[in-house]
Amino acid sequence: MSSQIVLFDAPGPKARRRHAILTVVGILLALGLLWVVIRKMGEANQLEGYMWSPFVTDPDVWTQYLLPGLWGTLKAAALSVVFAGIFGLVFGMARLSASRWINVPAGVIVEFFRSVPVLIMMVFFYFGYFATSDLVSAQNAPLAAVVLALTLYNGSVIAELVRSGVFSLPKGQSEAGLSIGLTPGQVLRSIQLPQALTAMLPALVGQLVVVLKDSALGYVITYPELLNAAKTLGSAYANTVPAYLVAAAIFIVINYLLTRLATLVERRLGRRGVGSRPVGTEDAETEVGPGLPGGLTSRDA
Amino acid sequence: MGDILSNYDILGAFWVTIQLSVLSAIGALLIGTVVAILRVSPVRTLRLLGTSYVNIIRNTPLTLLMVFSILGLSFILGITLSSNLSRNAYLWAVVVLAVYHAAFVCEALRSGVNTVPAGQAEAARSIGLTFAQSMREVLLPQAFRGAIAPLGSTLIALVKNTTVAAVILGTEESAGLLAKITENEGASLPTFFLFALGFVILTLPIGVLFTHLSQRLAVKR
Repeated sequence: MSSQIVLFDAPGPKARRRHAILTVVGILLALGLLWVVIRKMGEANQLEGYMWSPFVTDPDVWTQYLLPGLWGTLKAAALSVVFAGIFGLVFGMARLSASRWINVPAGVIVEFFRSVPVLIMMVFFYFGYFATSDLVSAQNAPLAAVVLALTLYNGSVIAELVRSGVFSLPKGQSEAGLSIGLTPGQVLRSIQLPQALTAMLPALVGQLVVVLKDSALGYVITYPELLNAAKTLGSAYANTVPAYLVAAAIFIVINYLLTRLATLVERRLGRRGVGSRPVGTEDAETEVGPGLPGGLTSRDA
Repeated sequence: MGDILSNYDILGAFWVTIQLSVLSAIGALLIGTVVAILRVSPVRTLRLLGTSYVNIIRNTPLTLLMVFSILGLSFILGITLSSNLSRNAYLWAVVVLAVYHAAFVCEALRSGVNTVPAGQAEAARSIGLTFAQSMREVLLPQAFRGAIAPLGSTLIALVKNTTVAAVILGTEESAGLLAKITENEGASLPTFFLFALGFVILTLPIGVLFTHLSQRLAVKR
């Protein structure tokens, strides 16, 4: 039911009056909430000018705290996405392999890393290996733990996306390939994967939002990302609440733009008429294929 | 391994995970349903309210919300849920988890509404059912069935996300406890697999149950 119009009739006079009342109630509710927030902040002296002015007047706030923090977040997210893409492609293909010796272990690995919380992996890698051994320099230890944990989890999710993307292709595609004499491996590589990857592009962009948000977990293991930067900024300038609010705003803007990008890509693909419909995106979220317990989609973590 | 089991309260940590999951799942379902109703309502302002909620909450890291609830809301703004410090952190963890996942519950319910073909609503109206009647008798029963699978994945994500509460609960919570054990005793793969197994045990039945339900209750079209 794509258009809202379908859900209700054009309102008559009575319904219009009811809608007007509900509009007023909604506005009052929003204003009331805003008022409570402002009053609470005012009571705690959080609205004073000196709390907020550093964000405009003091360039150090940005160059020393927020921008390095943002860089840390983006670096971790970018590295994780690249590695997760590779991991996902390899394990997605392995799961599609005809050989049971390959697809069963790949399936076990993917399901395992999908069901273990990212934070559990992160603290274990950090405190267990990276922080206590010479695998990486002490300075890079938190980054390594963040990237490894995010790669394993998101790589497994992408592996599932690859698999469901290939499954959602029309059967004729692989049959045509086989009938002209390609091997199953060739069919997968040169016919199915290119189409499946295009179809899952929106879901991949959506996964980027998940990675970006989850990189904030690095806070726990002292990785210098945006949330950690907001914390140190808050103690340096004694403006904890404004610092967190600004950090949250930065996260929200970036992630919102990425979500818009995903929708845009999806719409574009829809116009181009790709062989299959996009997988794992908003509309397909309801579809959980058999043998895909829980049906984790890209927007759920 | 035996030492670790007897020295640390691993079962207790998982009990906290279960408590957090159940309480915040109930909260998320309630808030999420309300937001979903706002998002499909015929009134534009209410729709806008619902959409803003989802866009703001869904794009903020859960870790940030958790940290802010204690360092910002409790310590600075003085909004505490209990005078006892650890009780306050526990209650805030439940509230934050509920508020965060409500956005995903809302989207799950809305995608359920989207699985109902437009013809169903048109048919209901053409035989003279009012909005409330067509919602109650025709649309919502189908929408709910369509929403079961995404609700299941939201619940699984919630169970796993309770670990983020370690940020404010510390070693009471499983991720915090694992961090402490690993720091004290060094890396021990069996301990890691024990924790991982705990989450597999918690989430696997949910996945199987919801997949089964969604197939059993699917509307055949």
